[in-house]
Parts: sequence; structure tokens; C-alpha cells
Amino acid sequence: MSFNIVVLAKQVPDTRNVGKDAMKADGTVNRSALAAIYNPEDLNALEQALRLKSKIGDATVQVLTMGPARAAEIIRESMYRGADGGFLLSGREFAGSDTLATSYALAAAIRKMGKVDLILSGRQAIDGDTAQVGPQVAEKLGFPQITYAEEIIDLDKDSITVRRRLERGVEIVRGPLPILVTVNGSAAPCRPRHAKLTLKYKNAKTISEQQTSSSDYTDTYHTYIIPEWGAGDIEHEPQWLGLSGSPTKVKQIENVVFTAKESKQLTAVDADIEELMKELIANHTIG
Amino acid sequence: MNNIIVYLEIEDGIVGDVSLELLTKGRQLANQQKCKLEAVAAGYQLDTIGTQVFHYGVDTLYLADDKRLYPYTTLPHTSLLVNLFKEEKPQIALMGATSIGRDLGPRVSSALFSGLTADCTSLEIGSYEDKKAGKVYSDLLYQIRPAFGGNIVATIVNPDCRPQMATVREGVMKKELCDPAYKGKTKKLNLSDYVPDEDFVIEVIERHIEKSKLNLKNSHIIITGGYGVGSADNFKLLYDLANVLGGEVGASRAAVDAGFAEHERQIGQTGVTVRPKLYIACGVSGQIQHIAGMQESAMIISINSDPHAPINAIADYVITGTVEDVIPKMIKYYKKNSK
Repeated sequence: MSFNIVVLAKQVPDTRNVGKDAMKADGTVNRSALAAIYNPEDLNALEQALRLKSKIGDATVQVLTMGPARAAEIIRESMYRGADGGFLLSGREFAGSDTLATSYALAAAIRKMGKVDLILSGRQAIDGDTAQVGPQVAEKLGFPQITYAEEIIDLDKDSITVRRRLERGVEIVRGPLPILVTVNGSAAPCRPRHAKLTLKYKNAKTISEQQTSSSDYTDTYHTYIIPEWGAGDIEHEPQWLGLSGSPTKVKQIENVVFTAKESKQLTAVDADIEELMKELIANHTIG
Repeated sequence: MNNIIVYLEIEDGIVGDVSLELLTKGRQLANQQKCKLEAVAAGYQLDTIGTQVFHYGVDTLYLADDKRLYPYTTLPHTSLLVNLFKEEKPQIALMGATSIGRDLGPRVSSALFSGLTADCTSLEIGSYEDKKAGKVYSDLLYQIRPAFGGNIVATIVNPDCRPQMATVREGVMKKELCDPAYKGKTKKLNLSDYVPDEDFVIEVIERHIEKSKLNLKNSHIIITGGYGVGSADNFKLLYDLANVLGGEVGASRAAVDAGFAEHERQIGQTGVTVRPKLYIACGVSGQIQHIAGMQESAMIISINSDPHAPINAIADYVITGTVEDVIPKMIKYYKKNSK
């Protein structure tokens, strides 16, 4: 019987590269200047899934993502990196979800996917850095969890052994299947597998993308269709989705703007550095 | 009932600093809310926990002492908190934003359907108006945290669900004794009333936890390297300067991601918050998430080859030059003039 792995992945704005270009004159972020990328640690999770697949042979890797229509890109990217397929969970019912409402929806979608042996996800997403969705999905499904995984050391038919990278150390733990594992950024990076796959899945589309596609010649027979699920496709109670399913409310958002100081400008010439060191010694900052 | 509970992190029988910092904050909040401050300790051989925490102003200490509770695994600690919270109905629950707190917090919040805010940098009490529902809530916990790579600061509230849960990183809150003579009560919990045997499914095969060698948050002088330092090799210059000045070496997130320095050295919103006397930023561009973790430094020197690096705006001294050029000169002229 095939071993079924689900990878949870998220499309995120590239907050790591909020450089000068992405800052407006008033010090606020120009969000449209940020690229939408595959959340980095979710790629580490995908890599672990693909390694297990090549080790076990009889395994499938499905990627589940929740987001707007353009998040179908996550499924495409996963597939040309070697995933077998994926699902896009999308719809206005999910809008305004905090981590709990998100995990409720993801858990419902996973139940619909059938027998799952292992769920992998990144430790956290770079837009929120909360690290909450993985454990919350595990709780909703009644699965145990292993967070901060750096390497899956061993897998047999009923257990998984994982090396965890903690703040101040390392732990090797074994847990029963099915289980949810969140993968750390220190785990192996994800490399695309085959150029052929890249070509094959470049044109993978959701039905709604196909309908809005500018090309009239889209050949459905040769295009992989990415399944798109809305709220109606998963078993749920409406009050647990989106805003109403989110116990946390945002009271206020402030842009962070730091007040500039008047700085003394120096160069790397010897005289400047010596003067500075003398000053720091004289005012007891150092020494 | 409706008190404030802090989950204590315990390693080798010692309560972690992050928990003591949360107790300090929790005591303040409890005074404001006129309620009790409670703490829960789950682990093994916890006889000295009371003497470690009572003087931070703990009114009730819940003890779950069982060999199987140490080292930490997710499910038993989750069940303990979930069932204790159902009984005690705390208004606020705080835990460290650590490998343990960030594993445990979301699990508990999911089971109780109570909102959790990760990595808060400030906790305050205030009111909230839900305009849509026409309701005003008073005495809520404001969970203030950076978001979006640190470019915004969001104030989050949990109007309807209890407890209001938050995690806070080590070093963000200050640790202060409340009263050396403060005496609270200890309540021993009967584990089987809270944790089913089926929860013990994760087996810890090996475990190496290092005592933190680093004491970044208490260092008076910090030399921090960014991506602009260029290599792990160039980082050695920073260690040389730190040795000479008696300081510690920190790193930006970009430098840690690039493998120039260990994660433990990361300064910023996703690392440590520091307030040293002297902060020397070397090749640090100054993303907001970094600046937020060091802006309270008394004096800031920026060494950067880019004269327009954002960090220069908050620096007292800006040295336009390369790390390879400037640091050896700093060492040389410090040695020459310090005698």
C-alpha cells in the first residue's frame, strides 16, 4: 500500500528582501515591490518529502496550499521539483483567517485527501513567523507532532525517527505514524529534480486559470489540471472559517519608522579611526 | 479563577530566564488586573521550583512531577495545560517563544480555540471596540508584535476567547524580583487526572542541550556582523575586535542564513533583543527587523562600504569603509591609546 505524504506550503511575500527599493519615502513598505515566493522552510519540507519518496519508492507526495488564485504557482513549482500533485484551497470564505482558522481549513482539506501517513510543513512562514499552523493542524487531526526537524533519519511502516534542531541543542526522537513534522530552515535545501518535469508542469493550471487564460489554444489534454477546492468542497462548519473562525483580531497596525539621529561621518583613514577610538576611551564607552 | 498563568520552562531542574522574565511581566499585569499570578511547572524532581519562583510574586504554583514529563514532549504537556486551563479558566496564559513554547502554545490554543499571538514584544492592558458588533471590551491583553519582516507593528487582541495566549522571546522583557519574602502556595497535580497514558508516544532517544555559552543580552559591547561582512572567514575579524574590547559577537539574520554565524548570535525581532553600551554594526544593512532588536543601544557605530545603508540613519558614528580595512585599525588604535 502506497505511503502518502502531504506537504503544506504557503505563498508569501519575500519579506527577507525589504531593501531600500521596497521602502517608500515615508518609511513604509511598498508591498507591491515584494515578490511572491514559495515560503523557504516549506521548500525544506518538500525536499524531505521527495527524499522519502525516492527512498521508499511506493510513495506519493501531494502539496496542499491555501491562498488566492495565484497561489497555484506553489503547486506548479512543487510539481516540477518532483511532487506528484497538489491542491489549491481558495475562496473568499477563507479570507481574514488567522492561524487557527487556517489550520481548521487545512485539516478539513487533508481529511478529504484520504489516507495520510505523514504531513510535512515548514517550521514557519516568513510573513508571520508564528510557527503555529503546523502544530494546530496536527491538533485538529489528532496527530502527534515533531517540530524543528532537521533530518528524517529513519522511517518504517509504523514509526519515524527525526533529528530536531533546537535553540540550544539537538534531539533525536521517534514517533508513531501518522504524524505531522515541521521542518527547520537548517535542513537540506530543495533542488529541482528533472528538466523534463519543469517543462511538463510549466503549463499546469487550475480550471479558473484556464478560463481566464489569454491563449485560445490551451490544449486541455496536454495540460495538467491543478485541483482547486473551495469551502464547498471540504467538510466544515462555516463559523470556523475565515474571520469568524479567528479568535485573534488586529486592533491596530503601525508602520515602523525609526527617527534618524545626527551621525558623525568618518572614513577608513587612520586619523579618523584613531580619533574615534580615543573618544570612546575618553568617555568610558570602552576600556 | 481568571488569573494569569505562566508556563515554566525547566531544564535540569532550573527555571529558564525566559520564564522568570514572563513572571516579572505577569506580576505587573496581575497587579493591574487585580488577580493572582500563577505558574505551572511540569517535569521531574521539581522540589526547588518554588524557591526559584515565589519571590517573583507567584501566588500559586501548580506542580506536575513525573519522570515521564522530562524531557519535554508535546502531547503530555499539552493535555496538562488544556485540562488545567479548563479547570482554572485563566484570563491570560504566557509562555516563552522558545523551541518548547512555540511547540506547545499553538497546540494548546488549537485545543481550546483560544487565540495565540507569537513573539510579542510588548504586553499591555487596554480596551477594544468591535465597531461591527457594537461591543466594547475592557481590560483586554494587547499583544503587540512585529509582523511582515518587522516593517509593521500589530496590536492583536482576543476579545471573546480565554485564555488570551501569548509567547515572548527571551531577553525581550526584563527580569526583576518582586519581593524576596513573597510566599505563594504549591498545588500538586495528580498527573493521571490531567494526562492520559496514550499521550506518551514520542520517545526521546538522544538529547544534547548546551548551556548557553553566549550572554548577548547582558553584554555591554556587541560587535555585529551582517551579510556585508562577506564570509565566515571575515567574521573572525569581529571576534578579534570583541576579544580586544571585551565584547560579544552578534549577527544579523542575513549573516546567520548565509552560514557566517550560529543562530544563537542572531540579533533582531527573530533573534535576541539587546541594549548594550556600544553596538558596532559591521556590514549590516539595517533591515527594520534587525534595528528593532538593537535600537536601544546607547551608542551605535556603523561600518559599511555603502554610505547609504539604512542603518546609518540611526548610528552615532558612520564609518564608510570595509570591515577588512576598518576593524584592524580599530584594534591597532585601541591598543595604542588604552594604556
